Amino acid sequence: MSTLVEVKNLKKYFKTPRGLLHAVDDINFKIEKGQTLGVVGESGCGKSTLGRTVIHLHERTSGQILFDGKDVSDLSKHELKEFRSHVQMIFQDPFSSLNPRMSVSQLIAEPLLIYKTSKSSADLGKEVGRLMDTVGLARRFANSYPHELDGGRRQRIGIARALSLNPEFIVCDEPVSALDVSIQAQILNLMQDLQDEFHLTYMFITHNMSVVKHISNNIMIMYLGNMVEFAGAEEIFKNRLHPYTKALLAAVPIPAIIEGRKRQLLTGEITSPIDPKPGCRFAARCPYATDICHAENPQLDEVLEGHFVACHNVKEINQL
Amino acid sequence: MSQNILEIKDLFVQYSAGKDTVRAVNGINLTLEEGESLGLVGETGAGKTTTALSIMRLIPNPPGKITGGEILYRGENLMEKSEAEMRKIRGHEISMIFQDPMTALNPMLSVGDQIAEVIRLHEKISRADAMRKACAMMEVVGIEGGRAGEYPHQFSGGMKQRIVIAIALACNPSLLIADEPTTALDVTIQAQVLELIEQLKRKFNTSLLLITHDLGVVAEVCSKVAIIYAGEIVEYGTLKHIYENPSHPYTIGLFGSIPNLNETVHRLSPIPGLMPDPTKLPDGCAFEERCSQACEACGKGVMPYVEIEPGHMVRCIKFAGKEC
Repeated sequence: MSTLVEVKNLKKYFKTPRGLLHAVDDINFKIEKGQTLGVVGESGCGKSTLGRTVIHLHERTSGQILFDGKDVSDLSKHELKEFRSHVQMIFQDPFSSLNPRMSVSQLIAEPLLIYKTSKSSADLGKEVGRLMDTVGLARRFANSYPHELDGGRRQRIGIARALSLNPEFIVCDEPVSALDVSIQAQILNLMQDLQDEFHLTYMFITHNMSVVKHISNNIMIMYLGNMVEFAGAEEIFKNRLHPYTKALLAAVPIPAIIEGRKRQLLTGEITSPIDPKPGCRFAARCPYATDICHAENPQLDEVLEGHFVACHNVKEINQL
Repeated sequence: MSQNILEIKDLFVQYSAGKDTVRAVNGINLTLEEGESLGLVGETGAGKTTTALSIMRLIPNPPGKITGGEILYRGENLMEKSEAEMRKIRGHEISMIFQDPMTALNPMLSVGDQIAEVIRLHEKISRADAMRKACAMMEVVGIEGGRAGEYPHQFSGGMKQRIVIAIALACNPSLLIADEPTTALDVTIQAQVLELIEQLKRKFNTSLLLITHDLGVVAEVCSKVAIIYAGEIVEYGTLKHIYENPSHPYTIGLFGSIPNLNETVHRLSPIPGLMPDPTKLPDGCAFEERCSQACEACGKGVMPYVEIEPGHMVRCIKFAGKEC
C-alpha cells in the first residue's frame, strides 16, 4: 500500500473584521490508497475547510500538501487544472450544489466537456449513460431537471459528476446528511461499491458518528481547527481517549433501549476560533482541565500504537 | 387511568397541486395521554409535519385542506373552533417548536421581544412585566436573561433553538409539539436540548408529541412510538414493542438502514426504492412496492390494523391471519 495524500502542518486562516480566524490549525495526516479517512467534528470545527483546502478550493495559509508523493502546494493554473481531474468533491447539499437550469445529462456531461475527454457527441452521450448506470440512476431521468428528483437521486448526480473524470481521490463533504435514513443507506452502499470497483480513496467529512464508523478505515476527530484524536475506526470507538471524543460519542443517541441511560452533558462556552489564546481549545468545556490546559497547546502524541491524542492529561484521565 | 389529552381520529389532509391532489395524511389515529411523550417517526414527506400543523390548525389553506376526521384536545374538537378561539389555544394550551431555529425567529426583533410577544398575547400583563418574564424564561432554558436585548444572529444555533423552546414554553402549555427540534443541531448541543425538553416536561408535566426521523432521539425521550409511512401509521406501540419487536416490514427496514455504533456490519441493508408519489398512492398497501414480503393480497383494499400484542398495532396483512 502507498500513501496517496499527505498533509503536513496545514493551516488555513481567514481574515475577519474581528481578527484572524484559525479554521484549520496545524493539521497532519496521511491517507493510504484505496482507504477512507473519516473526519468528524461539529459545525464550525473546520472540517469542511480542511477538505476544501486539501483539494485547493481554498488557498492554504501555510503547510504542505503531497499528492501521490508530489508537492501540490504551489501549482500554476495549468497544473491545477490537471490536478483537479484527479481529485473531486461530493457536496453536502444536493439541492443547492446542482445548477437548476441544467438537465441531468447536461450536469453529468459538464466535467467531461470541460476536460474535452470525448471525441464526439455520440461518445459523450455514451459516457453519460455509462455514468448514470454506474451510480444507479435510471436513464429515463436523463432529460429531467434537479427539482424533479428527490434528494437521493440528486446526490447520485453529484456522485456521477465526481466520478466522471476517473479521479483517484474524492473529498465527500457530508454526502448523506441531507438524506433520509433509508436513502442514506442506499448511497453509503453505492459509495462503498464504487470504492471497491475503482479503487477510490475517500476523505469522508461528517458529523454523523454511526455513518463514519461504518465507512472509514481511520478516523480523525476535530475540534475548533485542531485534530484532537486520530486512530483506526474500530479502535477509536473502543478506546476513546480524548475528553472531547468521549463527550461526543456519549451524546450520540443510540436507537435501542438502554436501561438507566445517563446523559453526559458538556458545559461551558465554546472558545472562539478568532485569534485564539494558547492553550487547549477544549479546556473551557473539559471536565478534566487543569492549569496547563489553559496555558499551553497540547501536542499530538502517539499514546497507543497508531492512536494519536492531543491532550495534556490523557494518561491520567485514562489511567494509561 | 390517565386522561387522553389529545385524540386524533381518522384524520385526512390533502393539498391540491394543480390538477393533482397530494394525499398527505390518510386516516391517522393517534392518542396521547396526559404527561406522556409520543414519538412520531417517519421520512421526509411521510406526513409528520402535516399532522402537527393540523393539530395547530395551521395547514395553509389553500392549497391544504383537512378533508376528514376529528382532532380532540381534552375532549373538545379543534376542527369546530373559530379562528379567534384557536388563537387562544395556540401558544397557551398547545405549543409548537419548529424545526429550523434559523428561520423560525424574526431577525428584526430582539429575542426578548419575541418571547414577550407570546406572553402578552395570552396574559393581561404590562410590557415591562412581560419582558421580566421573558428574561426569566431565558434563564430556564439556560441563556443569560441579560441577553434579551440581543438579536437572533448574535446567538449560536443551539441557543437559537433554546430561544424557540422558551417561546413555546413561555405560557406553560399542556401539550408541546416538537417538530424535529434537534435536527439542525450538533450532537453535543442536541444532548443539551433533549435534556432541557425532558427537564421542562417533568417540571410542568407537559405532554409531548415529538416528530423526528431519528430513532435514536426517540429512544432517549419517548415512551410510545408511532411509525408513519405515506400518511398512515404503520406501526404503533410502546418503546419496548417497537425497538425489541419491530414488526412492520418498513419499521424493520428503518432499523436495518442505520449503521450501528456497537456492531460492525459490512453492508447496510437499505429499503430499496422510494416512497410512492403522494399524488398517485397505490391501491392496497403503500409500502408494497418496496416490501420484500409483499404478496398478491397486499395490492388491493385497505390493510388491516392488527393488534399483535396488547397495545402494539401493526398495519400489515401478514398479521391478519392470511397466508401470503
